[in-house]
Formats: sequence, structure tokens, C-alpha cells
Amino acid sequence: MTCPSYHPPDEMLMAYGTGSLDEASSLLIATHLTLCRRCRIEVERIEAMGGGLLDSLAPESLSEGALARVMTRLDGPPARSRPPQTAAVAGMPAPLWPYIAGGVDALPWRRVGPGIQQVFVASGPIARARMLRVAPGVVIPQHGHAAGEMTMVLRGGFADAGQTFEIGDIEVAGPETIHRPASDPEEGCLCLAVTDGPLRLTGLLGRLLNPFLDL
Amino acid sequence: MPDIVATEPPKPGGDRWNDLLSLVADTSDKEAFAQLFRHFAPRVKAYMLRLGVDGPGAEELAQETMISVWRKAGLFDPRRSGAATWIFTVARNLRLDRLRKERRPCLDPDDPMLIGESLPAADDLLDSGRRELKIRQAVAALPPEQAEVIGLSFYEDTPHGEIAQRLRIPLGTVKSRLRLAMKRIRAHLGEEE
Ligand SMILES: [Zn+2]
Repeated sequence: MTCPSYHPPDEMLMAYGTGSLDEASSLLIATHLTLCRRCRIEVERIEAMGGGLLDSLAPESLSEGALARVMTRLDGPPARSRPPQTAAVAGMPAPLWPYIAGGVDALPWRRVGPGIQQVFVASGPIARARMLRVAPGVVIPQHGHAAGEMTMVLRGGFADAGQTFEIGDIEVAGPETIHRPASDPEEGCLCLAVTDGPLRLTGLLGRLLNPFLDL
Repeated sequence: MPDIVATEPPKPGGDRWNDLLSLVADTSDKEAFAQLFRHFAPRVKAYMLRLGVDGPGAEELAQETMISVWRKAGLFDPRRSGAATWIFTVARNLRLDRLRKERRPCLDPDDPMLIGESLPAADDLLDSGRRELKIRQAVAALPPEQAEVIGLSFYEDTPHGEIAQRLRIPLGTVKSRLRLAMKRIRAHLGEEE
């Protein structure tokens, strides 16, 4: 399996590594990291900067007896393995499992256009994450975005503006981007998309679809 | 707590913390834990205070972080990171858990879906300390305005906006400085774009 060619912007990896990124965007980044060694190394580097910083901070003394109190709370020996997680969803990266429990097919998909289904998996005050399932060979109506959107391929792929996006690849669209992605003619496409503002569709079909896509 | 420490005297620098953390993991050594606590708990508290957590909250998060360090010590892998880096990630995740009441989607290094090697390159494997030192040197060699945005990134609750306000520069400038910094760090470490 090859590594993705299209990565999240550096400042997103930085926000993930430092701990300031919201849940929906973190879901996309953690899922990408599962599929991308290059970005795993980047995040490890950012965390190493965090370690250096922590080590160099001027210490702030803790309250009297803090160590003794903590010592009484050390119950049992340290764990040897990771605590049991949510049930695995075969074929999907682990960060997604708690959000798609029961599997991809069991999600409450909603049809939002011919050959296009979507379901929201994480919503926060800053951004929302949804899964998009597109049948083979479907062209998504030309649309723009009020804010930013990042779309990552989980299965199949899509092509947009002469570029091909495969598993793990992220297409970043800003407010200025008008695009018209087409799903893979054989496999279609399963994507995770994170939007930090409502979609704005352009064109006639776009205007018709707008009430569906712009939830 | 035992009065006699049945271990070798700690080595200076990062290796010392790695060894102590491994002792906690392998032999539930409470004296090793106490030494880690004395060094890191006050620094985790300082980190929380810099993030805007109030005094009692920072104290509690520092103590809870150290309890997590004990419980999760078996997951520490000195081939992947040094002890300070690992404790930083424990503190970071704990704060997000407790204060934001959000889930923190995390990479699982044992995920069967993982693409590419899970561990660092073989020639780097034996020495996470040296690898991390090189990264910190690369940060230190950045132009001051790039080092500044990197440093401030660790103390904000939402990405980039607080830095923009604080430095009175546009959001786009914060992002472009971060990108330039990361690019320089990659170049410093001998990687091509
Ligand atoms: Zn990547």
C-alpha cells in the first residue's frame, strides 16, 4: 500500500499535535495519520517539540503533600496493554470506530442527490464531520464553500480538476474553490469530509441540491 | 516508599527519565515514579497555567496526568519518543478530555489498517533522545518570528486565532509562518519536500 500524495496543511497537523484542534477535524487528521507515515512523522516531531517545551518550563510548585496523595491513588501495577476499545469496524481506520459503530452499511444514510448519500458522524461548534458515499461514476454538482472543507478518501476515489484522489488523500477546498469532483467509475467513493461552514452550491443543479447538502 | 533505591544512579539528561519511566512500567517502581513526579508534575502544572487553566485546576490536572503516567506507563515505547515527549502527550490528551468534554480521536499504532512502518526508521530507532534533540535544535535555529508562532501554538485552545490576536497579525500570516517553519525544520533535518 502506498502513502497518500495529498496531505493536510502543516498548520492543521500543528494544531492536532499541540492539542488545539476540534473533535471533528481531529477525527479527520487521526484517520489520515493511520494511512500516512509522512504525516505520522510530522506529528511525532511536533510532539517532540512539546516534550522539549514541557521539560524547559519553569516549574510551578504543587500543593503540600501532593506527591503523597497521588501515591495513595496508584491502584495496581501499570497496564501492559491498551484498554479495550470500541468494537472494531473491519476495513476502517481505528479512530473512526466509535463514530461508525455497527459498520458503514448500518449508518443512517440520507440520500442528498442522485447516487450521493451522506451521514453526519461528529458535530461541534467549530466544524462538522460527515461521511459521503458516492456511487461509481457520479459527478457531484459544481459547488463552492462558505468556509473550508477537507475531503479524505476512505475507499474508492475521485477525480477533481485533473487530480486523482485515492485512499488517505485529502482535498482541501477554501472559500474560493469551485469544484466538480467525479467519483471513481468502478469503485465509487467513500469519503470523510470536515466542513467548518455551510456548503454553497453554484449552478442550476447546485441550487436544486443546496437545501439537501447544506444541512 | 522504600528508603533505599535499588537502581543504578540515574544518568543525566533525557535518558534518565526514559529509564525511570521504563522502571515504572516493568517493575511498578514507586521510587522511580516519585522522581518522575518531582520533575514533571510542577512542569505539567506550569503548562496548564500557561494554557489559561486556573490554579486549582492546573494542580488537579498535573496530579491526574501523573496518575495517568503510572497507569499507562506500559504503553511508553522509548523507541518512539523520549519520556518528556510522552508525558507531554498524556497531559495534552487529559486536558482535552477533562476540559473540553470532547473525544480526542487518536492514532492507534497497532491498527491493522496502518499504512507504512509504524516505528521510526531503523537507523533512528535506538536513539529517540538524539532524534528529538535534533528536532529541538532545528526549532532553535528558526528565524525568531517563526519560532515564536511555534512556541505559542502549544498554549492556545483554538488553532491560530489566539496567536493572531496576541501578535496583532492576520490569521493567514500565522498559518504561513507555521508552514514556513515546518518547511525549514524538514530542510534542517535533511528532508526534501
Ligand atoms: Zn499525510
